[in-house]
Amino acid sequence: MLYRQHTPKKSMTAIQINSVEKSYKSLKALGGVSLAIEEGEFFGLLGPNGAGKTTLISTIAGLIRPDAGSVSIHGHDVVTDFRAARGKLGVVPQELVFDPFFTVRETLRLQSGYYGLKNNDKWIDEVMGELDLTNKADVNMRALSGGMKRRVLVAQALVHKPPVIVLDEPTAGVDVELRQTLWKFISRLNREGHTVVLTTHYLEEAQAMCQRVAMLKAGQVVALDTMSALIRRISGSQLIVHLSFGDLPDDLRHLVSHDEHGNGAGNKYSLRVNEYSDVEPILARLRESGAVIDEMQLQQADLEDIFLQIMDKGSL
Amino acid sequence: MSLVSVGFQTLLYKETLRFWKVATQTVAAPVLTAMLYLLIFGHVLDGRVQMLANVSYTAFLIPGLVMMSVLQNAFANSSSSLIQSKITGNLVFILLPPLSHWEIISAYVLASVVRGLVVGAGVFIITVWFTHLSFVAPLWILLFALLGAAILGTMGVIAGIWAEKFDQLAAFQNFLIMPATFLSGVFYSIHSLPPFWQAVSHFNPFFYMIDGFRYGFFGQSDVSPWTSLAIVSVFFAVLASIAINLLKRGYNLRH
Repeated sequence: MLYRQHTPKKSMTAIQINSVEKSYKSLKALGGVSLAIEEGEFFGLLGPNGAGKTTLISTIAGLIRPDAGSVSIHGHDVVTDFRAARGKLGVVPQELVFDPFFTVRETLRLQSGYYGLKNNDKWIDEVMGELDLTNKADVNMRALSGGMKRRVLVAQALVHKPPVIVLDEPTAGVDVELRQTLWKFISRLNREGHTVVLTTHYLEEAQAMCQRVAMLKAGQVVALDTMSALIRRISGSQLIVHLSFGDLPDDLRHLVSHDEHGNGAGNKYSLRVNEYSDVEPILARLRESGAVIDEMQLQQADLEDIFLQIMDKGSL
Repeated sequence: MSLVSVGFQTLLYKETLRFWKVATQTVAAPVLTAMLYLLIFGHVLDGRVQMLANVSYTAFLIPGLVMMSVLQNAFANSSSSLIQSKITGNLVFILLPPLSHWEIISAYVLASVVRGLVVGAGVFIITVWFTHLSFVAPLWILLFALLGAAILGTMGVIAGIWAEKFDQLAAFQNFLIMPATFLSGVFYSIHSLPPFWQAVSHFNPFFYMIDGFRYGFFGQSDVSPWTSLAIVSVFFAVLASIAINLLKRGYNLRH
């Protein structure tokens, strides 16, 4: 079960990205990316490996300095006003990094201190509780499993209750239990008003969690819209009909996206439909032609269809 | 509002806790090494060589060994912490929070000073049994120990930022820090050197750290402690400005 986020109340811009460019020698990692992520949004940043997602997140976090353009967090530029910007940001890095000298509790106390919080044990205990880390509080980081280390990384990003949370593939290679725990907690924080930016390769997660997504390809934003608008833009759904008698009339053949002839048991067709209201005229035409529908299914397009289409063609 | 920020205090605590958790390696081992130097050189040379008037060679050697331990361990603390964090990737936990450049530099350097002084005190406590030492000017001892440790802690920060691999850091340590320390007068007075090498020694800032430190014990030195203090202070200021500049530029840290 995934937890759908609340509808954000639009107020101010949480992350403003203006024409950010970054190159590594001859490789253009970001080619003029501009985005505005509103306060309280649950925003998805999607793209294949090497699309520039982590470079963009590292630029937001101040770990990478852009060649051109600017990024601000709640109005604070990440380069010129970096202290204010970083104070508002919590980042879960993609790499599973940890300091082997310390226990989980020491790690979280130290991280709180870096953000200026001295007596933060109440919140640290709550975060550990939410992420099922309480019984590992006094265990050295080296002794934790990969999944547990990932939980600590998430906890470290949240110790200062940042208004903007950036998660760079937080569920990569982790078990279902952690995903459930993580999304439950992140959804709660989002409901409480925290802005969440997520990159993930699990598109069903992005579809369930994010209200708006940007898709990156070769360092460029190739799609930016709300999840529902993106799904609508893929020419709606597929009406799958299995005919036990008769055949598809010629005037409906232009709708066929896929046909599969059965072994003498009839014909099966996938027809593109833009709206639900398109379904009834198709069925009426089939009845009129004398065809008998044995089985029928209406299949919604999902984020994966959109993603593949955009990555294949560059746009919808 | 506190004059010392929580961020700085935390990073200082972390850097101190880090070496204290492995004190066998970071404190006990260098103390043992210094004691071996004293046993061997003291045994071979005591009574045969005299560097300062009315001062036995063993007594002459102890301040040098103490200061050498302070310097080498101060350098090791900041440089090894930074390079390990860079290579394992956990430096991101320092780079993501809103710590200022000064907070980062000060915390790393001060933790290095703490380790340098802890090891120096350990060497002193162990070696003081071997001879009688005087303390003519204790404030000079403290001042040069603090400045020396701060300088090497800052050099450790620079080396840790510059190096991308362990062998680059080892090269920095083996080809720069070690020769400069050994050729600074730890084991000898530069007056025992030929004129050319005496002149060369005056270009080695480590010489002034050890000479000034030794003055605090015996009231005798190769150059005036005020000259040493001026040179060492300028050297520290130059290194601190280089380190802060590297951090501000994000050199090898923020790409």
